[in-house]
Amino acid sequence: MMSPSGMQLPREELVRAYRMMCDIRHFEDSVHDEFAAGSIPGFVHLYAGEEASAVGFMMHLNDADRIASTHRGHGHCIAKGCDVKAMMKEIYGRADGLCGGKGGSMHIADLTKGMMGANGIVGGGPPLICGAALSAKTLKTGGVAVAFVGDGGSNQGTTLESYNLAKVWNLPAIFVVEDNRYAESTASAWSVGGSQLKRAEGFGMPGRKVDGHDFFDVYDAAAEAIGRARNGEGPSLVHVETYRYYGHFEGDAITYRTPEEEEQMKTQKDCLKIFSQRVTETGLLDASALEEVEAESRSLIEQAVAEAKAAPAPGPDKLLTDVYVSY
Amino acid sequence: MSKKTYRQAINEALAQEMRRDPTVIFMGEDNVGGMGAPGEDDAWGGVLGVTKGLMPEFGRERCLDTPISESAFIGAAVGAAATGLRPVAELMFVDFMGVCFDQIFNQAAKFRYMFGGKAVTPVVIRTMYGAGFRAASQHSQCLYPLFTHIPGLKVVMPSSPYEAKGLLTQAIRDDDPVIFFEHKVLYDDEEEVPDDPYTLPFGEANLTREGDDVAIVTLGRMVKLSNEVADKLEGDGISCTVVDLRTTSPLDEDTIIECAEETGRVVVVDEANPRCSMATDISALITQNAFGALKSPIKMVTAPHTPPPFAPELEDIYIPTPAKIEAAVREVVAYSREVVA
Repeated sequence: MMSPSGMQLPREELVRAYRMMCDIRHFEDSVHDEFAAGSIPGFVHLYAGEEASAVGFMMHLNDADRIASTHRGHGHCIAKGCDVKAMMKEIYGRADGLCGGKGGSMHIADLTKGMMGANGIVGGGPPLICGAALSAKTLKTGGVAVAFVGDGGSNQGTTLESYNLAKVWNLPAIFVVEDNRYAESTASAWSVGGSQLKRAEGFGMPGRKVDGHDFFDVYDAAAEAIGRARNGEGPSLVHVETYRYYGHFEGDAITYRTPEEEEQMKTQKDCLKIFSQRVTETGLLDASALEEVEAESRSLIEQAVAEAKAAPAPGPDKLLTDVYVSY
Repeated sequence: MSKKTYRQAINEALAQEMRRDPTVIFMGEDNVGGMGAPGEDDAWGGVLGVTKGLMPEFGRERCLDTPISESAFIGAAVGAAATGLRPVAELMFVDFMGVCFDQIFNQAAKFRYMFGGKAVTPVVIRTMYGAGFRAASQHSQCLYPLFTHIPGLKVVMPSSPYEAKGLLTQAIRDDDPVIFFEHKVLYDDEEEVPDDPYTLPFGEANLTREGDDVAIVTLGRMVKLSNEVADKLEGDGISCTVVDLRTTSPLDEDTIIECAEETGRVVVVDEANPRCSMATDISALITQNAFGALKSPIKMVTAPHTPPPFAPELEDIYIPTPAKIEAAVREVVAYSREVVA
């Protein structure tokens, strides 16, 4: 089977991909600034630098397809179609945030979009994705389910058990290991025994390693894995090599890596720059079109921040609601 | 109406709900049994045969065997519940919750609240609990207090075959995550159970005996023992109310308080370990709400604060017995408050 190549995408699809990547970058840069200014409560983990991974996968998914995300979930949410203004309000803990201000950054979800939640538990998502894939298979929806985990989450027993369950149940599941080199402060080069691809092989799943800074490489690998799942050919693993620009959490002094490394990654491996170069050099899009997308995206995120700041907090009556459907 | 065992009642509830609703599925270790093995199809029906006979009717797509991999399949049941199915997952022994608890208390229990009321998670986790099988420390615990502590979970403790069928039917139709506790010693107990489907409500305790002198508040297998004691003491002129809680979450606080007020003497019988238990919780509830009506201190009959032992001689004195319950009832009846001048 020939998988579709990202380089053959029509213009409007390329614009859509670039727009999502810009939205994620601006969203995360804004949250970084606002958190530093003290206007955002709680724990926040940013996805800037990894945009091509979320977008490369989500370009292939529709609302009937489910994903489970991680604590670093804003990028997955945006790419899966969550409303960015409602997301920003959620991060500010506002009453009309996407989850009524009860979830916050680590628990943003929109099940109507197939987004089953960012997750505060490392390795929490893969078993849930086995369930979403089981629903798709049992109810014959044609949908697939994608679990995103980090290099840290790849070492959790839940993740490895999910590989096995997805294989023996032949589920339409895809496991995406977003290896941004550091689980908190610990290097994946140290913490991951063996290799992600050999782990996939050990469970009898196809595995593929991609350059997560290159949208097109991710897009093509995602097409292949998702295509297999849709065809009833079972689960796959994709190892995405990527890099996060900010710390593990906002407030992290990032003492475990060097400024030189960061600088090199940002200047030479930035996924937005690489995308722009590829599409302009090949004449797929021109620079002015990209600038227009970038400006629209910036403006939307500025509005999202302004609206979130002005939005009201949930009333005290909301403390006791939404625990049970019926009691 | 016909005589059915606790095991048959559970099996029948599951079968009837699977006929009624095509989104009901079940999964668990050896729940069908013999998957990939050369012997019989439908080889086991779970380790104690509770789901035996369902796969031939409903097929492998709805009757799923799993690897021994509780984190993955309990999590899968939760994920499937959030995306359109009504899974009934079997966590063979509740003692095994240690390997999958995150999926229950951080995922299933939290979805509705932390997603702002936009998620439903209609999963049932059936699990075996309790001592009496000489199964030692890792296969005999009660552990329902741990689940009762978690907001978002409902916790169901059927005390008989009739209760088991009605409560499981309710559990499967319920839109919240339900932990359904089956006492391993009760599986062969038999009583009259309606053939047609019926539900029993959550959060409404059942008075299995009504009397004026003492309220015995209890749950699960201890209801049967408490009934025996109540029947025996009736002959000695001590009349007892026996409150079968049915569910620990939701908890029928009103009935507990009313029975305490009416009798003024309370014995709480709970098979679990005593610290942070239903026994202590109910005692606190009564002292906060019915203190003025009490004629004696509340007595608790529980297991000691030790792991369940293996040796039959030790296990027999670990589990609350009718003799211990009777002694507690006689003690609260005999109690008189000495007024110090």
